[in-house]
This record gives sequence, C-alpha cells and structure tokens, in this order.
Amino acid sequence: MNKNVERLYNGIIKENPTFVLMLGMCPTLAVTTSAINGLGMGLSTTVVLTLSNVLISALRNIIPSRVRMPAFIVVVASFVTIVQFLVQGFVPSLYASLGIYIPLIVVNCIILGRAESYASKNPVLPSLFDGLGMGLGFTLSLTIIGLVRELLGAGQMFGHQVLPLADASTNTLGFTPITIFILAPGAFFVLAILVAIMNVIRQKAEDRGKPLAKAQGCLTGDCSGCASASVCSGKTVDEKGEDQ
Amino acid sequence: MKELLIILISSSIVNNVILSQFLGLCPFLGVSKKVETAAGMGGAVIFVITIASFVTSVLYKFVLAPTGFAYLQTIVFILVIAALVQFVEMFLKKSIPSLYQALGVYLPLITTNCAVLGVALKNVTNSYNILEGVVNGFATAVGFTIAIVIMAGIREKIEYNDIPKPFKGSAIVLVTAGLMAIAFFGFSGVI
Repeated sequence: MNKNVERLYNGIIKENPTFVLMLGMCPTLAVTTSAINGLGMGLSTTVVLTLSNVLISALRNIIPSRVRMPAFIVVVASFVTIVQFLVQGFVPSLYASLGIYIPLIVVNCIILGRAESYASKNPVLPSLFDGLGMGLGFTLSLTIIGLVRELLGAGQMFGHQVLPLADASTNTLGFTPITIFILAPGAFFVLAILVAIMNVIRQKAEDRGKPLAKAQGCLTGDCSGCASASVCSGKTVDEKGEDQ
Repeated sequence: MKELLIILISSSIVNNVILSQFLGLCPFLGVSKKVETAAGMGGAVIFVITIASFVTSVLYKFVLAPTGFAYLQTIVFILVIAALVQFVEMFLKKSIPSLYQALGVYLPLITTNCAVLGVALKNVTNSYNILEGVVNGFATAVGFTIAIVIMAGIREKIEYNDIPKPFKGSAIVLVTAGLMAIAFFGFSGVI
C-alpha cells in the first residue's frame, strides 16, 4: 500500500486515537453533547494537528532535542490561536458552544503525542498524512459519540428531530428523551460503555491472534504513551507511593 | 465578599472541574487508586493552580491587556505554567524539603494538566479581577481534590467487588464517575 494512504488508514482505523489508543479524553467527553459539536471540535483539532505536524517535521533537524518540548508547545499553541480566531470569526455559533475547549486543544495529548512520536522523526509528506489521518480518526469518533448522545438525549441527529417526541397533552405516543445523556453524567456513562465494548473487541482480536494497537492514554493508568513522559519523572505515582 | 463566596462555592462544588467540566481527567483516572496518593495529588494541584492563577491574572492584567497582546494569551499561559511548575519544584526542593517530600512526585504530572490552563483561561473569559481569579483557582482545585479523594475512597472498595470482565479497569471507574456526577448535579440548585 502507498505509504501516505497507509498513514491515513492507520490514523482513522488501525490506531484510531479515541477508540483504540484512548487519547484525548477531555475534549471527547466535554464537547460531544451533539454530533455537530463533535464534528466541529474534531475538524478544528485536525487542522491544528496537520499543520503542527508539517511544521514540526520541517523543523525537526533545526530544533535542538533538549528544548523540543517547549518548541512543540509554541508551534501547537500558535496554530491553536489561529484556529480559535478563524472559528470565532466564521462559525460564531460553534465558538459559543465549544468555548474554552478550543484553546484547550493545546493540551490535547494526541497533538503533542504525534509531534513527539512521529513528526519529529519523519519527513514532511508522511507527517502531513499522519496528522490528517489521526485528525480524521478523531473527528469520526467524536461525531459518532456525539450522534449517540444526541439521539438518546434529545431524539435528534445533527439538530433534526428524527425520533418524534411523546406529547402527553395530545396523547401522542413517541420518544421520551433521556436528557441525562446530553448532560455531564451521560458523557461518563457513554465513555464507560465504549471502553467496555472496546475491551471485548480487544479480547476477541487477541484470541484471533491479531491484537489491536495498545491503548496508551491516561485511561490505562500508565505513563509510557504520554507525550510529557520525558519531562516527567518517568515512573507512575502509584509505584512511587508504594516505594515509600 | 458575597461575590467571592459565590465563586468559591460555584467553582468547587456546583461546576466541579472534573465532574461537570471534564478538565483534569488524566490525574483523576490515573492517580485515584489510593486515598493517600489522591490526597497528595489534590494538595499539589491546589498549590500549583492557586499560584498559577495569580501569576497568569497579574500577567494578563498588567502586561498582555495594556500592550494589546491579549490574543497571545494561550501561548503565554501554557509556557508560563510549564515554567512555573519547574520553578516551584526547584524552589520547594531547596527551601521547603518537607513539603517537597509530600508533593514533589506529583508536580511534574501537573504541567500538562488541562485544569491549570483551563482555570487561567476561564479567569480571562469571565473577566475576573486578580483576587477573584485567585479565589476561582483555589476553589477549582479544591473541587478537584474533593472529587479525586471521594473517587479513591470508592475505588479502594471496588477492588473487592465482582465486576463483569469487560468493565474491569477504567470502565467501572467511569461508571462511578458518572454516578458521582449525578450526585453533584444535585448541587446545581444551590446557586
């Protein structure tokens, strides 16, 4: 397979950042109250991820490795600021509903993770496709989670009422929205069920002898996949707690 | 005084940073296996966020806003926070070794904690003054500590329960967090 197509496939399916690698859970939970919010957040992240991958890859021989983390952070933060103003200017309604989570793309571990593990070691073109693939994978998962929550919580899809609502005053039968799914607790429940489903799939794939890529986000509780592991002491806190 | 009290209660309990804002989930899930470590992490977070919200508020008010560079806030804040955590770590190591013993291991973990940046940005969007910003930061961190300590207490008990296999590990923790979020939802009528 062509290497660039392979990077796209890798990001969207094989190492899908949300479903398989379990990275970037803060925005995943916070903005998926509707499919359109999930899509908007995913696309903003895709833009930042692709551009920062390209720039970091282009500068990979210039940035001294000792200061690479701050340098990556400055690059990512600059692109986030640009994207923030573009969203604010052209899609004000999306900006109003995503609010503080747009500047917080800076601390999304997918972006620093790709910069550290891929873009800083590979040429520009594959890095571009790697960022694009990872970003689209993230967008896809956020949209799916948003769709599920919106459908259960409001009976809508992308803002259109697809399940007719029950109306007690006219005695119409219909769907009674489970409002909790678009509130904060619903986010935790949806993610819990998602993790459980992924655990089953993971087990099945392992039994068939084709294990999935290892989950590396904070849900697993180990720091090895974390982008800031190099500045961190390298040991997880619980190990240290037991040492004392 | 009344406004400060409202900020204190609203940021620590009603709009809990983890259970309703989803900031700082990583340490919440990663460091909540034991009550002692959870309390240590909570202490470190209170310390760092309070200082960071003071520094970023001062910086915004006296440097960024007057010079018209307010649009650089995200870049400036993230760098200042990262440098600040390193600095606090060095300072504690040299000057207050007992406090460093208690909080030291948690400090580097906080650098990329989105709650720190989140609070700094919230202070700006809500146009809090410096005192309100510090109170907001402190209250948010207290809310974090409350949530992570309760979660650690529950997790210590969960260890002995018979959980369906797919839900073992983080899934059951997320279900617990969801139930806690429902409980905290009850506070939304307070303010």
